[in-house]
Amino acid sequence: MSMEEKQNSQTSLDFNQNIFKPTSREEIVEIVKTCYRKNIPLEINGLKSKHKIGRNFQSEKTLDLSDYKGIIDYKPEELYIKVKAGTPLKEIIGELDKNNQQLAFEPNDFGYLFSGESNSGSIGGVVSCNFAGSRRFKVGSVRDHILGFQGINGKGETIKSGGTVVKNVTGYDLSKLVSGSFGTLTILTELSIKVLPKPETSKTLIIKNPHLKKALDFLGKALSSSTDPSGGVFYPDYFGKDFVLNDLTHDGGLTAIRIEGPTNSVDQRANRLSKELGLLDQELSILDSEQSNIFWSRTKNLEVFKSLKSNLLRIVLPMSETLQVIQKLKNFEIKYFIDWGGGLIWASFDQLNTKILSEIKDTVKKHQGYITLIKVEEDLKASADIFTIDPIKYKISEKIKRSFDPKRIFNPGKMYTGI
Amino acid sequence: MSSLQMPKVDNAIMSKKDKIASDLRGIINSKNVLSNPDELRPFETDGLTAYRQMPLLVVMPETVEEVSQILKYCNENKVKVVPRGAGTGLSGGSMPLEDCVLMAMGKFNKIIEIDYENRCVVTQPCVTNLAITHAVQDKGFYYAPDPSSQIACSIGGNVAENSGGVHSLKYGATTNNLLGIQVVLMDGTVTKFGGKAMDAEGYDFLGLMTGSEGLLGVITEVTVKILKSPEVVKAALVGFPSIEDAGNCVAEIIAEGCIPAGMEIMDKALTKATNDYSKAGYPTDAEAMMIVEFDGTEHEVEAYIQKTKEIAEKNNSSSLKISKSNEERLKFWAGRKAAFPACGVLAPDYMCMDGSIPRGKLAEVLNEISRLSKKYNLPVANAFHAGDGNLHPLIMFDANDKESLRKCEEFGADILKYCVKVGGALTGEHGVGIEKRELMCEAFNDKDIQQQLTIKVALDPNSLLNPGKVYPILRKCAEEGRVHVHGGKTKFPDIPRF
Repeated sequence: MSMEEKQNSQTSLDFNQNIFKPTSREEIVEIVKTCYRKNIPLEINGLKSKHKIGRNFQSEKTLDLSDYKGIIDYKPEELYIKVKAGTPLKEIIGELDKNNQQLAFEPNDFGYLFSGESNSGSIGGVVSCNFAGSRRFKVGSVRDHILGFQGINGKGETIKSGGTVVKNVTGYDLSKLVSGSFGTLTILTELSIKVLPKPETSKTLIIKNPHLKKALDFLGKALSSSTDPSGGVFYPDYFGKDFVLNDLTHDGGLTAIRIEGPTNSVDQRANRLSKELGLLDQELSILDSEQSNIFWSRTKNLEVFKSLKSNLLRIVLPMSETLQVIQKLKNFEIKYFIDWGGGLIWASFDQLNTKILSEIKDTVKKHQGYITLIKVEEDLKASADIFTIDPIKYKISEKIKRSFDPKRIFNPGKMYTGI
Repeated sequence: MSSLQMPKVDNAIMSKKDKIASDLRGIINSKNVLSNPDELRPFETDGLTAYRQMPLLVVMPETVEEVSQILKYCNENKVKVVPRGAGTGLSGGSMPLEDCVLMAMGKFNKIIEIDYENRCVVTQPCVTNLAITHAVQDKGFYYAPDPSSQIACSIGGNVAENSGGVHSLKYGATTNNLLGIQVVLMDGTVTKFGGKAMDAEGYDFLGLMTGSEGLLGVITEVTVKILKSPEVVKAALVGFPSIEDAGNCVAEIIAEGCIPAGMEIMDKALTKATNDYSKAGYPTDAEAMMIVEFDGTEHEVEAYIQKTKEIAEKNNSSSLKISKSNEERLKFWAGRKAAFPACGVLAPDYMCMDGSIPRGKLAEVLNEISRLSKKYNLPVANAFHAGDGNLHPLIMFDANDKESLRKCEEFGADILKYCVKVGGALTGEHGVGIEKRELMCEAFNDKDIQQQLTIKVALDPNSLLNPGKVYPILRKCAEEGRVHVHGGKTKFPDIPRF
């Protein structure tokens, strides 16, 4: 019996299957150790709500974490929840609801985009992608809410970082590093996440306005005011009809600004903001809490791009650059909306090919931003860079990748060739 | 203070001091390379004054290019480098090594750009934390993280330590208020992580660098978010007949959905010391005293203060005062800010610990500290950033009495171990540095630490940048972990510490 056979015979793992669906950490460790020993690349999945994001890559085996789920510990008064990585986001939100708490970073639900219906995925996927919703400018991104994690590195070793308390400066903050690493550094097993009370109420100022320049001006002023908004978006004319609500009958372009907090404070701030922006009654609608929640939920779910046939690009840039970038991108047939008070563009292009994409990338780069291809046609996906990176950061990324996953067995090539 | 083991001194480097100094004088302005003992003396320690060590040389670069060239030179010649900002750190993170070049970043002291459109400030790393707020406050903005040493500490040091402050529950620590940094790696590579946009592409190196205590790179530029100053700030000063009542009140305030800007608790020993020292006027009969502060719009603050009042009364508060003016609010804080010096009067020395605990464990942890205080026969007073669970026990002792010092060290280590045991952390805001290095194995196992060391080696293969810090170098965990103050004299007596 060879050494390898001997080792295998000591475990209960049936390595002939192509999809592993572990229910315990020990099983995951065993799978990874075997893959490490045999140099077998692994595709890591949760609920597959976002698995189409990223480069295509070759993997012999799939690690499906959808059965590795459950809430381990939830302490509302300590403002944290500790969960297994495969836990559906929905389940976590449902549990937090009972205590009137929430994940303040409002993660995007990509289900509408990819499959026409809600699929908010697993918490491990949410953290691995680090895509935050409209409160980004006020509360930070997903990574700002991760207090600690446990994971399995590429050698099959269980590692942890951080904890469950908000103030912790013990060692490197690896929770940040694994957030947004698309499963290329560790297999997340447990996550401790900061939770926050839900605001008592919310109101949304909807300003009827078709012009981007004016919208960015409104958003800039709102974000710089002491009225403390928690959301700011602009939808051009063609998306207006997607937002017909009881108190919103106007179907043209709109700028929306959300105010949240205790009821009397929200009223006071909403009034003040509309004065500060010099808004006239006829150009303003105010959504109450229920309608406001519907509006922001549709934004978070990217519902204007529901069942989109073509492509979707996520462009992050300094707010000051948004106007110029959009003006330049209008050289192409584009449909877009603006989130994060001006700092994020979701854009879909009628005709996208390698040449146009490279022009778009150059434009965005010149304006200190970057692009992630969220959805692209398969032929383009094979040839285009999904994520952008400069050579220096590529070199550092390669070193960091190796320090976690020396044999490159976790999602190899999902972010960049060679990583 | 017990002897501290540092990485082995490289005698070959020691013997080449003159050559290294001369080489470095070829790279930067020769007057910015210090080699005389008299010139080196001011750099022998940081805010953790119990440990002192003269460096081999001090360099004071003026440009990013110089930083890059110095690091490249040191990397090629295997010379250790210790970066230093304002030198106010409390865990010995910038304490020199005998055979190191200390890189003092003091000349990087200018704000580069104030960008109101993107609500950020781009600055050189040795600008002080408070200077950023000063630069933007005329337009009604401020920089949120406010470590107690903000008048003197540098923003680059804040990034290296991921500094917090009393407002971290609501506004986060440095890492949550940072948009970008420029960094020079040990091999001289200059790169930027993040920028003015809200997110950056790829791996979150900005997050990795923040709080890495100068082990991964030298920060040469920082971009921070600035926020609009709140319209109204109000505080309540509440006394409780027991720590349990105060603890329950904290939990209930948070459970009710109020997120205070700041929430502080002092135990009876500290309240008494503060009253005696600064005539703070705190309730003397209370076993625990709490300051809760809210900020926002008038209605919002009023609503939260009212709710706090109800919750405090429900939890048996023995006294309750709400600030009627900004002056009164600052008076509430003045006592709290005088708490540490007040302890300096009670005993020849005190040691300030810095542990994090789950808020709900406050009573349990304080009971344990009280038990340990009896065991070691040393008095202790406790200050607690209740909002974010950061506990600062102040152990009083006499450093001239070796037995007292030894007991104090053991006492301190026992407290931090207990913090970890109840689900907290070894350090909430002071950093690990050299101070809590050997206690890391209380919080992490070998695999956890090995993973972190592998990252270090990936970016600094020769382990030349700030070696001997953060990660244990002794075989077994020693009994360490505190800030030591002798005769009420800290290294920076003018800097508030709270």
